[in-house]
Amino acid sequence: MEEELKVLGAWASPYSVRVQIALDLKGINYTLYEQDLINKSQLLLQSNPVHKKIPALIHNGKAISESLIILQYIDETWPAVPLLPKHPYERAVALFWAAFTDDKFSLSFRDICRTQGEKQEKCIKETVANMLVLEEALKGRPFFGGESVGYVDIVLGCRAVWIQVCEEIGGVKLIDPHNTPFLYAWVQRFRNLDCVKKWLPDFDKLLSYAYMVRNYFLQQ
Amino acid sequence: MDKVKVLSKWVSMFGMRVPIALEEKGVKYEYQEEDLAPNKSDLLLQMNSVYKKIPVLIHNGQPICESLIILQYIDEAWDYKQLLPINPYDRALARFWADFIDKKFFDSGFRIVWSKDKVEEGKRDMLENLQFLEGALKEMSAGGSLPFFGGKDFGFLDIAFIPFACWFHIYETIGNFKIPFDSEYPLLDAWVKRCMERDSVKKVLPSPDRALEHILQLRERYMVG
Repeated sequence: MEEELKVLGAWASPYSVRVQIALDLKGINYTLYEQDLINKSQLLLQSNPVHKKIPALIHNGKAISESLIILQYIDETWPAVPLLPKHPYERAVALFWAAFTDDKFSLSFRDICRTQGEKQEKCIKETVANMLVLEEALKGRPFFGGESVGYVDIVLGCRAVWIQVCEEIGGVKLIDPHNTPFLYAWVQRFRNLDCVKKWLPDFDKLLSYAYMVRNYFLQQ
Repeated sequence: MDKVKVLSKWVSMFGMRVPIALEEKGVKYEYQEEDLAPNKSDLLLQMNSVYKKIPVLIHNGQPICESLIILQYIDEAWDYKQLLPINPYDRALARFWADFIDKKFFDSGFRIVWSKDKVEEGKRDMLENLQFLEGALKEMSAGGSLPFFGGKDFGFLDIAFIPFACWFHIYETIGNFKIPFDSEYPLLDAWVKRCMERDSVKKVLPSPDRALEHILQLRERYMVG
């Protein structure tokens, strides 16, 4: 049967970018449909009626949503170039760290970009502390996945440009060669991969977008 | 010989998931009850140094944290009588709804129990969330012709949601409302009764009255004003 694979995504969203990186890493063909997040398309609303969010993966007409669930679906459907380790314990550890990064960074990155003063400082402090936790978890390996890129690398790495944007807006270093040397080397290594270079947003474009959103929220 | 230990809290809906799954798999385990703050055990702080939360599964000295990740680990480490479906799409669906329960459903309940100003919106959202779950159950049970979210077998999503069965009484009492199971969520209603007949569920779930009493005490202690 002819495979039909669509991704409903958005260029600035790390959740979307991670799906695109994973598919490219595995050499899977798909069509990307850039979504308008303000005027949501019928296709998006049908594909994710519960959350009405991107990304959504539509495989032979069946929709899957929630980026981490999509990544696991991709890994199980196309097992070549595995993202998750084979061993159950190592898989659990990978799933844990991926969930940790989303849990800790989804809101804090958003708030660093949208707030100021005490609220922003609190987010920055927490983020710096959480980066140190990840530095420890990386244990000096080339990737979180070990010798090659894996699930945690993609889940955290898709935020690489947002990390830079937060550093710019927050006036702070979140990853640097002094405090987080392993993460610093890791992010360069990750960004050097072809499938990553293809999908990470351009810094200037993302920063402009982030400032536009920041100004909107600061006025509220 | 496998050494399996569970660190949990009897009233926690996330905590309950782990012993239910182990019972379903027939795995022998040691259960350690964890008090809430401030008396967290050294073992808990060591085994879940990141979050310091239950549940934690310790398998031959290795800790696994986060209840849904633990369920998946249990399914893979004891790979018979599978809890997750075989095909990737059905697995994604089960994970999606478990994630919905953890994010949306749990949150609506949390607002009812622990907020003061968000109770009404918590109730509204809970009823809407139950509507979604009723729909999911209808789809996954082939219109109600199969007994469980897992289809013909009690599985991952059933285990993820059934602990909430002893919390409905808490939500209703504190929220001062009746969840219209009979009229609005008949499939869920029948599903709860069916699950409550399983040995694993009977063994692990506390009585709703005991759970309510405990939560009321906690609220008394921790909610200011």
